Amino acid sequence: MILAATPAGADGQLQQAHSQYVLRLADTSLVLGQRLAEWIGHAPALEEDLALANVSLDLIGQARLLLTYAGELEGQGRDEDALAFLRDAPEFRNLALAEQPNGDFAHTIVRHWLIDAWQLEIYAGLERGVDTRLAAIAAKAIRETRYHYRFSSGWLVRLGDGTEESHERMQRALADLWRFTPELFTPDELDECMSAAGIAPSLAELAPRWSTRVTEDVRLATLALPAAQPYPWHGKRGVHTEHLGYLLAEMQHLQRTYPGAHW
Amino acid sequence: MTEADWPLFEVFIRSRSGLEHKHVGSLHAADARMAIEHARDVYTRRQEGVSMWVVRSADIIASDPEEADSLFEPARDKVYRHPTFYAIPDEVKNL
Repeated sequence: MILAATPAGADGQLQQAHSQYVLRLADTSLVLGQRLAEWIGHAPALEEDLALANVSLDLIGQARLLLTYAGELEGQGRDEDALAFLRDAPEFRNLALAEQPNGDFAHTIVRHWLIDAWQLEIYAGLERGVDTRLAAIAAKAIRETRYHYRFSSGWLVRLGDGTEESHERMQRALADLWRFTPELFTPDELDECMSAAGIAPSLAELAPRWSTRVTEDVRLATLALPAAQPYPWHGKRGVHTEHLGYLLAEMQHLQRTYPGAHW
Repeated sequence: MTEADWPLFEVFIRSRSGLEHKHVGSLHAADARMAIEHARDVYTRRQEGVSMWVVRSADIIASDPEEADSLFEPARDKVYRHPTFYAIPDEVKNL
């Protein structure tokens, strides 16, 4: 049934590219959602525990919609669960930034804030795209993302412009994570193909908007932007840091051990 | 974490437009903005509200329980203050 939905030839290639593009968005939400869920029971305060769990669930909800769609475009009969739990690290297409470990609260906040600011631009662009299904998912997701950004940028400023120790920890987190940010807006052939098809926004157009927002937040937080770094990360092409494998081992353990288990 | 770091806030939620804000509980937060965010995350996860108020608990002026007798006891034998002594005309349907 689903196999028949895959057209042959050039249309088929575009559809596979489309599927891969949606998978990138899905995996970034899924992996970041899983990372934030690791805080449950460990957050600095009960209220933050709930806040992080809420954000995590929002992201996993986005991932479910996107994974389902990517599976349909792929046409191989893989549903959201098959894509989330039965792929290995090289098949994941998330940004390398999303898989970085939680570290201290500063690392968690800086990582989350950088991706929130990225998702704000991406989802706004997708809302205007020709793919109405992706536009509908983006319209739902951006409402959540606006709150996530409010949460993460609030903490960024509070801790950056906080005590000597919190400032120092935030600056260290920014220094550690900044090297993963070029991947956010460096387009590859797939990004350009999707942008040319009117499905995805042009990353080159979004980059300055993200940059302005991030620079202003960093100023409010009294932090200093690290220098630009070379661009060796290709998470969206399946080349990941070593951290993703450990994350997947934990996330996929149950389905790998008891295939098809449900409750 | 001490009280001095993160003060206590009382949370009030309006469940629907037109209804009043009702007290639902309290939480700790560093500042007003964080208190609203925490109230949203702790008390509106299941669509409980359309509007929130947070008030620093320290800013609430409460009656003294010791004075309960003099404050509330005098109302006990004044049943005529309840609007139950009027004959309601048959024409009035929705009272």
